Amino acid sequence: MANMSMTKNPMPSQDPKVRARNYDEVALGYSEDQVKDEAARCLNCKIPHCVEGCPVNLNIPGFIKAAGEGDFDEAYRIISMDSSLPAVCGRVCPQETQCESRCARGIKGESVAIGRIERFVADYHNAKPADAVAKPEANGHTVAVVGSGPASLTCAGDLAKRGYKVTVYEALHTPGGVMVYGIPEFRLPKAIVAREIDGLRALGVEILTNMVVGKVVDVNELRQEYDAVFIGSGAGLPMFMHIPGENLKGVYSANEFLTRINLMKAYQPGSHTPIKHPKRAAVIGGGNVAMDAARCALRLGAEEVSIVYRRGMDELPARKEEVEHAQEEGIVFRTLRNPVEIMGDPKVGVDKIKCQVMELGEPDEKGRRKPIPVEGKFEELDVDVVIMALGTSPNPLIRKTTEGLEYTKKGGIDADEATGQTSLENVFAGGDAVTGAATVILAMGAGKKAAEAIDQYIKNKK
Amino acid sequence: MVRIVDMQPLNPTLTKITLEAPHIAKKVKTGQFGILRVDEDGERFPLTIEDWDPEAGTICFIFQVAGASTERLNHKKPGEFIADVVGPLGNPTELEGETICVVAGGSGCAIGFPVIRELHNLGKDVDAVIGFRNKDLVILEDDIRALTTNCVVMTDDGSYATKGLVTEGLQSLIDSGRKYDKVITLGPLPMMKFVCQLTKKYDIKTLASMNPIMVDGTGMCGGCRLTVGGETKFACVDGPEFDGHLIDFDEAMCRSTMYADFELHERDEACNLFKMEVK
Repeated sequence: MANMSMTKNPMPSQDPKVRARNYDEVALGYSEDQVKDEAARCLNCKIPHCVEGCPVNLNIPGFIKAAGEGDFDEAYRIISMDSSLPAVCGRVCPQETQCESRCARGIKGESVAIGRIERFVADYHNAKPADAVAKPEANGHTVAVVGSGPASLTCAGDLAKRGYKVTVYEALHTPGGVMVYGIPEFRLPKAIVAREIDGLRALGVEILTNMVVGKVVDVNELRQEYDAVFIGSGAGLPMFMHIPGENLKGVYSANEFLTRINLMKAYQPGSHTPIKHPKRAAVIGGGNVAMDAARCALRLGAEEVSIVYRRGMDELPARKEEVEHAQEEGIVFRTLRNPVEIMGDPKVGVDKIKCQVMELGEPDEKGRRKPIPVEGKFEELDVDVVIMALGTSPNPLIRKTTEGLEYTKKGGIDADEATGQTSLENVFAGGDAVTGAATVILAMGAGKKAAEAIDQYIKNKK
Repeated sequence: MVRIVDMQPLNPTLTKITLEAPHIAKKVKTGQFGILRVDEDGERFPLTIEDWDPEAGTICFIFQVAGASTERLNHKKPGEFIADVVGPLGNPTELEGETICVVAGGSGCAIGFPVIRELHNLGKDVDAVIGFRNKDLVILEDDIRALTTNCVVMTDDGSYATKGLVTEGLQSLIDSGRKYDKVITLGPLPMMKFVCQLTKKYDIKTLASMNPIMVDGTGMCGGCRLTVGGETKFACVDGPEFDGHLIDFDEAMCRSTMYADFELHERDEACNLFKMEVK
């Protein structure tokens, strides 16, 4: 008998006041009973629209059914057929706009908590000692993967499972890409990412760190050495607003602020990585990265952290859950504010930010209401740290060094949406390097499609 | 892990370290840099690659103890390991021009040397002005003299060679009738600022080698940004050399002090730890 409750089992989480001062994971995860109870809300629809909503087309009703029966090993087996990083996706996917947005239960009431069940299943599996993974039989072909974020790791994992010898080239000293330098510990514990990476190593994937493709080796060299190349090098250079005062001390890009905290562990007492501990911080932007930066600033001990965003609350591009978590923790949302100047003594650093007050006008072609300045109305805010979370522009390193690789007008690598095929014969690409900044799961979807296409390409060449 | 092949003190403040990094040694060009991390929990910091040997698979850096990480590095011995080295990063030095003067100060002379060597190997007419605080800190004088037409050595306190600043040395060469296609300057920010002011007066194209605070070195963090000709540039991917007449040096100097207090404190901590070990 299905559980006809209109609402999801609530996610147990740390008290907002406590967690705002620590880096432990915010969401604590369901208990076994909660998972079974939540799984019983699934109607096991004949045509499961949730699957269409998933970029990697997980067999969602399948794993929920197994979880509902308490067979979590089977549930994990079903998930891992399509996903290389279930513990990651259960935590950071925007389910509300993907699988859960298509759920039949969501028509009246709340959808099934697909992400929370997935997370439980993955954590259940990961809590057990790792099974000795049977290394797939080598097929004699080699693939180079550039970068080690979600697109690259998915592509590497899928190919390794098919017997390819995969070598990953990572520019930083730790693999994981945005999952280690960007997404904070309290949202995605680094131990989980490390565990997923160990799983790939067990499959025979070789990961080379400190290798900047485009510098120490270029794509055309990799093309000669390997049967195929996948480029998942991620988004690029952080964007700035080009307003006065932007290079004052205390102004960070979100990438730098988060990298210092996450990858370089500046949040740990006694860390050797310097970071400015803000008293009052302003984060410019309204996406997930802005929420992460704001919540990190709070955890560094800030008295007040504001999100400054030029549109309204309804237009925030961040996941709903991230906005709610940020609000619960006391982040102040100063919406309809557009920074025009950052002020301060160049020798000391930032002390104020001046914002133009905005109002919402007519919807633009995408249906989003456009922010327009309210003439003559400005507001000043006392801050000592400003964090720019405005997105990124493409990284020039590979572009400059790879003759024949074509790019789109927006600056991403020009790659076929279905296959990841680029303008170079044995070169494929996916993730943020193609689309610009997006989500972990979309990158994983691209990595998965590219793995399939690379497999086809190499088989056809034989 | 990266093996240390050799450590050679050059003077009381500078040490030359040779690392095993065959993949970097094969690719590096003059003017490029590497990023090092001494320990597993250490910070990442950039240093210009001073020399390399593709046959032996080694690269060299010259460093000055400035903070905790360089303090730790300074205590390493040949045969030991550091956590990471990544490179070659940044763009190689632009080498065009026939008559070129390299103006370098302090540890900037260490990274000026490979530039001079490269220009010399290309058959160019090279002068050098090298400056140091005092006699004890003079490095590479003979090596540089051997590769240059004129080599002017300056010390701040006059304890060796000519007393004065590198700008005075450059001025004397200009006054002697030397006409330069280009000046390349490497060293502390205030020094480079004044070198650029001088060359601007004579309209000599000048490249300044910038070494701002950096994290990843691949363009991802934007921490190394500076203003060049009114535009925001990233030293790691757009530089590290820029047109010295367009750089906002005052801003760069302010930004370089962002973590000065932290560095001082960290270095003291590291020193104390080593003192305890010695005891």
